[in-house]
Amino acid sequence: MRLEAKDLGCIRGGRDVFSGLDFTVAAGEALQVGGRNGAGKSSLLRIIAGLIGAAAGHLTCVGGDAEKTIPEQAHYLGHQDALKPSLTVTENLEFWTRYLGGTESDSARPLAEALNTVGLGGLGALPAAYLSAGQRRRLSLARLVAVERPIWLLDEPTTALDREAQGTLADLMRRHRAGGGLIVAAAHGPIGLDDPKTLRLGAGA
Amino acid sequence: MTALRALFIRDLRLAVRVGGGGGIGVLFFLIVVVLMPFAVGPDLGLLGRIGPAILWLGALLASLLTLDRLLAADHEDGSLDLILMSETPLELAIAVKALAHWLVTGLPLAVAAPLLGLFMNLDGRAGAAVALTLLVGTPALTFIGLIGAALAVALRRGGLLLAVLVLPLTVPVLIFGVAASNAAVVGPLPFGTPFTILCALTLVSVVVGTFAAAAALRQGME
Repeated sequence: MRLEAKDLGCIRGGRDVFSGLDFTVAAGEALQVGGRNGAGKSSLLRIIAGLIGAAAGHLTCVGGDAEKTIPEQAHYLGHQDALKPSLTVTENLEFWTRYLGGTESDSARPLAEALNTVGLGGLGALPAAYLSAGQRRRLSLARLVAVERPIWLLDEPTTALDREAQGTLADLMRRHRAGGGLIVAAAHGPIGLDDPKTLRLGAGA
Repeated sequence: MTALRALFIRDLRLAVRVGGGGGIGVLFFLIVVVLMPFAVGPDLGLLGRIGPAILWLGALLASLLTLDRLLAADHEDGSLDLILMSETPLELAIAVKALAHWLVTGLPLAVAAPLLGLFMNLDGRAGAAVALTLLVGTPALTFIGLIGAALAVALRRGGLLLAVLVLPLTVPVLIFGVAASNAAVVGPLPFGTPFTILCALTLVSVVVGTFAAAAALRQGME
């Protein structure tokens, strides 16, 4: 599958954030979006995720599941972690696995495996309220492991993660790309992507 | 179906856990109704006459109290983004959220009504009538409130705006809810006439509320 943007433009609150954006990301590739604060990195990800409309241009997905829209095939990891403090770690993950994956398996094994992968193995029964910022981030990442989707939209994915977890994230991204997935990530520094394509927003401004 | 069931169970769980606020509505309802005889005075005849109206007003205000968390909590922690992206139609998702919300906030009001009716000098028959009209009418309040909750999220203004938006829309429900309760107590209308209109109002609110709230959310995510 391939994600193509043609002449994409974004206007937020009357301000022209970016315009005339063209890029292509194919299966197995990664695109790292950079640019100063306010250049529209998060807005670009939210446009791909279908959460805000593009002011101009269009976005197409070539190949992939023709029955589904781009947002339905994408994981979006934003600044907010979509976790409920009063639910336990397992309950949080279980909910998103069922809601996003639509599958209901009685065994708790896939969930436990996903939690192990992100290093939260022994914390399944702990309410999410007691997690640190980095642990919350890890739990959000577990969602990407537990439910398979070809497009990953990551907004500053390494925020609050320690070095070990950054290594885990790099591994996950490598495996995702090797399995034919694609990644669009917004970040300022390197986030552990192997030779990503880069796109710099607001370079002219 | 799996997705909707998961959402339903999650919302019920959140409501009963610490900080979920499931019982706040009933407590507020209790306080409003208990305060009323102090304000009106010990005229039992008067209390009995205005009883159904007071119970309905109390239930209306109590259901308003918990509405602003219906969608705002999911908006603040980013859950709403993922719900919007999902394959599950937004209309169904928020209808399920509203249903779960009604089960933990609306249904207890109807159950508590006969008991609180004693404070208003309502006999068993009148208390049962008010409970029945609340049982049928509170879903309408929740689904009308859903529109307000969606608008409050979309416009990024919580709390008071919601009350101002929602209360005028609940006038028909209030009128027919109280009319049906009064019909059962004193007549002269038969109970069935206003009661069937109340049922119709609820059915219309469920449909209109769901679609209007979904539309407001889609517009507001800009």
